[in-house]
Amino acid sequence: MHPTDFTLAGALAALEEGAISAVELTRAHLDAIEALNPRLNAFITVTAEQAMAAARESDARRARGEARPLEGIPLAVKDLFCTAGVRTTAASRILGNFVPPYESTVTAQLLRDGAVFLGKANLDEFAMGSSNLTSAFGPVENPWSRRDDPETKLVPGGSSGGSAAAVAARMALGATGTDTGGSIRQPAAFCGVVGIKPTYGRCSRFGIVAFASSLDQAGPFARTVEDCAILLRSMSGHDPKDSTSANVPVPDFAAACKRSVKGLRIGVPKEYRLDGMPAEIEALWRQGLDWLHAEGAETVEISLPHTKYALPTYYIVAPAEASSNLARYDGVRYGLRVEEKGDDLRTMYERTRAAGFGAEVKRRIMIGTYVLSAGYYEAYYLKAQKVRALIARDFDQAWEKVDAIVTPATPSAAFAMGEKTDDPVTMYLNDVFTVTANLAGLPGLAVPAGLDAQGLPLGLQVIGRAFDEETVFAVGAAIERAADFKALPRVRAGA
Amino acid sequence: MSLDTATVRRVAALARIRLEEEAEVMRLQAELNGILGWIEQLQSVDTEGVEPMAGGAPGGGASARMPMREEDVVTDGGIREQILANAPDREGDFFAVPKVVE
Repeated sequence: MHPTDFTLAGALAALEEGAISAVELTRAHLDAIEALNPRLNAFITVTAEQAMAAARESDARRARGEARPLEGIPLAVKDLFCTAGVRTTAASRILGNFVPPYESTVTAQLLRDGAVFLGKANLDEFAMGSSNLTSAFGPVENPWSRRDDPETKLVPGGSSGGSAAAVAARMALGATGTDTGGSIRQPAAFCGVVGIKPTYGRCSRFGIVAFASSLDQAGPFARTVEDCAILLRSMSGHDPKDSTSANVPVPDFAAACKRSVKGLRIGVPKEYRLDGMPAEIEALWRQGLDWLHAEGAETVEISLPHTKYALPTYYIVAPAEASSNLARYDGVRYGLRVEEKGDDLRTMYERTRAAGFGAEVKRRIMIGTYVLSAGYYEAYYLKAQKVRALIARDFDQAWEKVDAIVTPATPSAAFAMGEKTDDPVTMYLNDVFTVTANLAGLPGLAVPAGLDAQGLPLGLQVIGRAFDEETVFAVGAAIERAADFKALPRVRAGA
Repeated sequence: MSLDTATVRRVAALARIRLEEEAEVMRLQAELNGILGWIEQLQSVDTEGVEPMAGGAPGGGASARMPMREEDVVTDGGIREQILANAPDREGDFFAVPKVVE
């Protein structure tokens, strides 16, 4: 067996048995990155020397009997998490040479638990995108391709496209991501891996480059539901440095993966049946519900009546918060500065931001600035916050009838680079099934469940009650067992 | 509601983004109007008596799970060099900026 083919849980067992060392495991993944990254562009920065040093330290610790929960596990870190002493770019020119003097809480906890960081994964600029095409460091290629058209390069989804592609191509055993409107779940579905956005407040946002603070949540990617559960446990927990992080106990999520779904009531929201949805996705959704039914779960038709307003609501709330958060990039304290002789301060700001931000980021800052500006605040921003409350209320009412909700993860399989890019709104529709969980603050998991006619992965989404990731993991694991998803991307390590 | 080019320029100025070329203004005008036209549909939702959801916590805003108050004590500081390490321009212990006052 090639070392990059381990699951995370399998690697932990092999390390414990001495069947493999952390150095061997890390070396194998760095070799995979060296071989595949020139093509896939999943990493912006590779920290090979630091990874090998950490792996040696990890083997020494294990030899002393001091192994930690993730001892020696090689991971990719989305380049939105600040990593002390390692360049953090948010895939933007404006942060190009920023080296954080501190570590984000989530990555600090992964290091505390013994993880080995391979490098920083590519993403859409400031996590704004669904294709990874907006990165200032170039697009990421999806390791999967169409059966009848293997030459056409597909997007990995976004914004955490590099994380998803790295895990799918076996360049990492797992990865961190962030999800503001679907940025973990959509790329997970496009790349045939598992990803979860936990409940808002489950993971600290400290040290994560902010996009939309009331929606941003960190979460893991891995190739199995259990592996995601293992990673999420290390990433979660209350942090005094983030006033929105929740002070609740962190359960053993991996144990929840073994729970039966017998007797669970699974909600099927009728508003998620979209006109023009591919028949394969509709069929996969029905198949997923049949699998759960066979395991003893009951399926219940529910209504989430404000679903169709979720995306327009998101495209007011998220840009408004982004325009405020991104005001900090002014060329003074860190990052890019662009000025010409004789410029005043304001002209320097304007030149720096014009040169430093890409087109999609500028669009969103402009929308956000407009909806927050005098005279429009109530009509747009306040109105969106009220509709957001109605979307959250829809879910509150659903939880009276069901224990979890199952939907498709995305309205299509991965699309080709160059498709859907002309019109921003068409691109935004990618997040139609995922964005509601961000607006309501609820946990959502994407799990690969089948292939389309072109051999591309399709995912299902499980949404749960606030802070009930355990039920989400139980349902996700049941779908995973039934789907028995064994297909592999064409581009991968060891292939 | 449709933005004219003057409004696009005004919003860009508020956002401190320099727009150099007329073509960029025109392109942004078309894109922003496309997005704003699409989000206009929210006006048809009845939100009479609905409290706006301001925060991201399930249930809205801060919740009982989040401590509302913390002791007001110094928890950090004395890291001037770390803070200045990424400055594009500095003079001694200060961030340097273009001349602001004549």
